[in-house]
Amino acid sequence: MSENLAQQDSPPGAVALLILSAAGAFLGLMATALSPDPLFRLEGWIFTLAALAGATALTVGVANGRYRPDPGRYEDGVIRAGAIATLFWAIVGMLAGVLIALQLAWPRIFYFPEFGFLNFGRLRPLHTSGVIFAFGGNALIATSFYVVQRTCRARLAGGLAGWFVFWGYQLFIVMAAVGYLAGITESREYAEPEWFVDLWLTVVWVAYLLVFLGTIWKRKEPHIYVANWFYLAFIVTVAMLHIVNNLSLPVSLLGSKSYSAFAGVQDALTQWWYGHNAVGFFLTAGFLAMMYYFVPKRAEKPVYSYRLSIVHFWSLIFIYIWAGPHHLHYTALPQWAQTLGMTFSVMLWMPSWGGMINGLMTLSGAWDKLRTDPVLRMMAVAVGFYGMSTFEGPLMSIRAVNALSHYTDWTIGHVHSGALGWVGFISFGAVYCLVPWLWKKDRLYSNALVEWHFWIATLGLLLYIAAMWVSGIGEGLLWREYTPQGFLANSFVETVSAKHVENIVRALGGLMYLSGALIMAYNIYRTIRQPAPAVLPEASGPIVAAAA
Amino acid sequence: MSAPDTHKDTGPVPTTGHEWDGIRELDNPLPRWWLWIFYASVVFAIGYWILMPAWPGLTGYTRGMLGKSDRAELVQDLARLKALRGQQNARLTNASLQEIESDPELQAHALAVGQSVFGDNCATCHGVGGTGGKGYANLRDDVWLWGGTLEDIHRTLQYGIRSGHPQARFSKMPAFGKDQILTPGQVGDLTEYVVALSGRPANAAAVQRAAPVYAANCVSCHGPEGRGDPLQGAPNLTDREWLYGSTRADIQAQIHNGRGGVMPAWSGRLDPETVKALAVYVHANAAGQ
Repeated sequence: MSENLAQQDSPPGAVALLILSAAGAFLGLMATALSPDPLFRLEGWIFTLAALAGATALTVGVANGRYRPDPGRYEDGVIRAGAIATLFWAIVGMLAGVLIALQLAWPRIFYFPEFGFLNFGRLRPLHTSGVIFAFGGNALIATSFYVVQRTCRARLAGGLAGWFVFWGYQLFIVMAAVGYLAGITESREYAEPEWFVDLWLTVVWVAYLLVFLGTIWKRKEPHIYVANWFYLAFIVTVAMLHIVNNLSLPVSLLGSKSYSAFAGVQDALTQWWYGHNAVGFFLTAGFLAMMYYFVPKRAEKPVYSYRLSIVHFWSLIFIYIWAGPHHLHYTALPQWAQTLGMTFSVMLWMPSWGGMINGLMTLSGAWDKLRTDPVLRMMAVAVGFYGMSTFEGPLMSIRAVNALSHYTDWTIGHVHSGALGWVGFISFGAVYCLVPWLWKKDRLYSNALVEWHFWIATLGLLLYIAAMWVSGIGEGLLWREYTPQGFLANSFVETVSAKHVENIVRALGGLMYLSGALIMAYNIYRTIRQPAPAVLPEASGPIVAAAA
Repeated sequence: MSAPDTHKDTGPVPTTGHEWDGIRELDNPLPRWWLWIFYASVVFAIGYWILMPAWPGLTGYTRGMLGKSDRAELVQDLARLKALRGQQNARLTNASLQEIESDPELQAHALAVGQSVFGDNCATCHGVGGTGGKGYANLRDDVWLWGGTLEDIHRTLQYGIRSGHPQARFSKMPAFGKDQILTPGQVGDLTEYVVALSGRPANAAAVQRAAPVYAANCVSCHGPEGRGDPLQGAPNLTDREWLYGSTRADIQAQIHNGRGGVMPAWSGRLDPETVKALAVYVHANAAGQ
């Protein structure tokens, strides 16, 4: 009976999504046809084709009676897709990074005047958005879907909504990336996509929030696990930041250009309120959530301190949102705002370190595993780099230090110790954990390859950071040097050529880090292709019945 | 749900009793050192707020007990710098270019000013060492398109070349090939002629054919012997210096396209003392004239 009923029973969500996709394709086609702006038409075609592909896939699925949810099992398909997308975008984003590093090291060789889209100015946002939003964002969405289901003992809410979030987010990435290369930009760092891409991301992000909240809502655990607090803080705050910073007026509803709702120093402050909290809530809170699940799970140890997790969570959330003005020291921004940005950044030091303490101390009693388990070691090193860069950040926010470090390569080094050391390593660690669980394998294809990945990436990362410290501090000192007659001692172009060797070392470090990711991609591919083990690991089973 | 967990390094610490997917939480207290540094950072922040401009209100902001102001300090810094530069700059105002060059102390000052200004304004085209590049004149040798005396250099710096400034010097080499003034064959012959002028082996027949073409089209600027004319910015074709390259292809391209570069005018962008200092700097670092 149930078999027959289920066949008839198309989930209403899938049908609704099908109708919306078809409507989206129609709207996209109309906008493309009517727009006089060739760049807008390019994006219009991408959106239309994506919506058509979605509608086609949904039609086939609904007709064949797929999409009937199995409430007894976790929704893992979307997480498998997310793990693959994470690796794919990691390689794309890092490749763009290596290319622009080579352009800085050898500007004459890596200059392609006949291919304007390969200019540094076009590739740089492709690199930053590629690694932050495409690689980091996919890692966050995939792990959050995994963690929230396991720690709530509930299937992902909203039926196909999880899949909508996944594909909608990929569409956002592709539209943003193609736009950067074609020359569409709002010129706001880390918020370059234009108004129509921003609107699409808002739709996807609200769906993400609802899926996440819905899953927490129907949880079978009495309490909400700390990782979910951090994921939720990340999702809610990024929604707020994204919407406020992108308030703008399009020149035309069928054109790609828009102008910000803010002007002058207020615009700059809004941008860096966004920019710094993208670091705080995207790159810190989100990845702390990842750490809070995968480190104790992998180490098979309890989290060190519940109280510390509460205090550092709330202090981090409260203080981070104030720190943005430290990006505008010694500018037109009023000094009182600079003071607040700096002092809140200093107060942020210990709340940030609370996460490091909880991560590292969770390993106490399991330190021996760092010798034998390169995945756990990678995550432990990630926590170490998190600690280092969250010390360096408050240090650089102090105005006297910032007077030297601002606009130099030191900032680039700081960002990369956070991005490569913390965000990259904790995400790689999580994916190394997830893939055997999701594809029901008893182990990774090769632990030796993980060792290779770990060491190549760690050495590359150290080369990168050391090179940027040397060139950044040197550059800062050269810029501020005066002759006894009261004139600047060094011209700008001299300070650029003084960094040539450091730029080469940086490119080499980036190339090594990328090589590590390629080794990982091969290892993951071979893991997925392994034959299934005789006995299924526990984590891949159905949702466990509620304990008494 | 779970029994108190005995933890190897932290001693027997109870858990909170919660469990999620096998993860439990110990009930450790906040680390003391962590808490005290956190408090200390808050105390530091409050102290900083008391001393420095900090909190906004409805009509202004708290000024801080130290009375510090970035904008006031910037004004002071600029004034101090102006005073430091001013002692010698005042002498630059009244001295002639020759006087600056002949007074060692004043010349040293002019060279220091010139070096700093050159790096941020001129090096972009002429290179950090002033040796130029293709299309950008070498300023370190004794070859000068528009004259290399102190006055010539000063004039070029002030008004530029083909810059649009009313007093700028201007000349235009015709695009003999592009504008079809000469046939491609004649341009090819002229190329051989120019190669021969510079003392290199060339196709004798072509040189012979080109002689009347040169006399009719090129002599008025480059002169019968090809020695050029600094009054018209016409380069000497007999030396080894080539602004747009010395190969046959380079020379042919120049006859075909007739390019003329632009040097911006600096009066109005730099003050007169700085332009003087720059002229002395460029002259001092060049050979001859």
